[in-house]
Amino acid sequence: MAEPIVILVDGVPYEAEPGQTVAAVLLSQRRWQFGCSPAGRPRGPLCGMGTCFECAVAIDGIPNVRACLEPVRNGMQVVTGA
Amino acid sequence: MRERADVVVIGAGPAGIAAACGAAPVRRVVMLDGAPGTGGQIWRHRTRATLGRTARRWLARLDRSGVEFRGGVSVTEVGRGRIGWTSRRGHGVIDAETIVLATGAREHYLPFPGWTLPGVMGVGGLQAFIKNGMSVSGLRIVLAGSGPLLLPVAAACVEAGAEVVCIVEQAPARQLVRFGAGLWRHPWKIVEAARYRLQSLNVPLYTGSWVQQVTSSAGQLVVERAASGDVERIRCDILAAGFGLVPNTELAQLAGCAVEDGRVRVNERQETSVPGILAAGETTGIAGADAALVEGRIAGSMAAGRAASEELPLARRAGQQQFAAALQRDFALRRELLSLASPETIICRCEDVRRSALDASWDARHAKLMTRAGMGPCQGRVCAPAMAALFGWDFPAVRLPALPASVAALCDHCATITHVEAGA
Repeated sequence: MAEPIVILVDGVPYEAEPGQTVAAVLLSQRRWQFGCSPAGRPRGPLCGMGTCFECAVAIDGIPNVRACLEPVRNGMQVVTGA
Repeated sequence: MRERADVVVIGAGPAGIAAACGAAPVRRVVMLDGAPGTGGQIWRHRTRATLGRTARRWLARLDRSGVEFRGGVSVTEVGRGRIGWTSRRGHGVIDAETIVLATGAREHYLPFPGWTLPGVMGVGGLQAFIKNGMSVSGLRIVLAGSGPLLLPVAAACVEAGAEVVCIVEQAPARQLVRFGAGLWRHPWKIVEAARYRLQSLNVPLYTGSWVQQVTSSAGQLVVERAASGDVERIRCDILAAGFGLVPNTELAQLAGCAVEDGRVRVNERQETSVPGILAAGETTGIAGADAALVEGRIAGSMAAGRAASEELPLARRAGQQQFAAALQRDFALRRELLSLASPETIICRCEDVRRSALDASWDARHAKLMTRAGMGPCQGRVCAPAMAALFGWDFPAVRLPALPASVAALCDHCATITHVEAGA
């Protein structure tokens, strides 16, 4: 059995499976909004393949990381702009 | 960081894998991809058990090939014999004898009122999220847009426990039938199988119909589906909308390779117009994974310094071209779709540029200068094809860096380039 993976999203712990991306974990929790547009309107992931940058979040202090390209790691800290 | 490789393959989908495997026996090959793992879009996977036999065979071959794969890497520049890259772990420049562009394709989006709401995503986007472990169980999903991807994705949603409320295909039924009866057998087989499955599950497929607007209400989306004068309102959790594929030609453009009709121009040896730069797969035209493998194998032979003799690509190439032509013809966008965006509708999502702000412009470059459309993090990858469809504008020129990079990465990179050019 693989170790359980827990990631913190805006301080809230979520369980994740190995190989999931951060975006997949958030979407599985029915969180559609990941951030805001420059004018402050709610936005969520669009393309799922690293093209659109609409899923950009901060991960372990690094801003503008595309959640759709980032595999989960235990203890990862995710901060959305939502 | 500065290093040398014989061959750098950009993109780890079928074309990139075939090219890398072909070159690896005799060359040092580095393969880069933005995603953490190999497979590209079509072979995206968490475990290989979910993949078909061809995909598993190629991935196993890649494992044994000695190719050095680096995931999570954004390529910010491609020039003659040189690649600039950045990732979360750092950045650098690779000098390479041969570069293979296997950058694939992305989804084509058309703006309509509400398309920027959270919960509205691409069809290929939704498929990618599911493959990466998104649970859709219990969700109400509407799939809309156009193209052969709609049906297999709908079937995948149903299999994963979602309720697919309906599929909304803008092409009329007679064109779908014509596409189905087309010459290219293999990609259609997948679509046909999905159609049977969906029929048996009673998922309604509306043809000649489209989503004209989506709003949000009480935590759900309300989709307005239009068909010949009527409007139906549908509540759902997710609206997935996509209108086919667009080849990713940005790196080729940056390298100065000739791009025609939105595709990288290659000859029968997969050579672009720039010496030392090959291209293979969807970046040279949308033709599916089988064609990408053929092109990748040829590119691999070329990169290994062998003539591409073992394959006779001409018949396959003709088949590809027929498939691409059938796609364009049978899934041609209807005029109604191009007037859905209202003056308030956002066209450039990165910079929040509305349609009304673009009215005064006459081309994408002017729009970029006046409104910042296409200047955000995606660098026009989403809005340029939309503006091409809506206004008939060519894509604007690609500027360095092709993807967001830190100032440190840019400085290092520029220092390297200057050094190279001063020394040359």
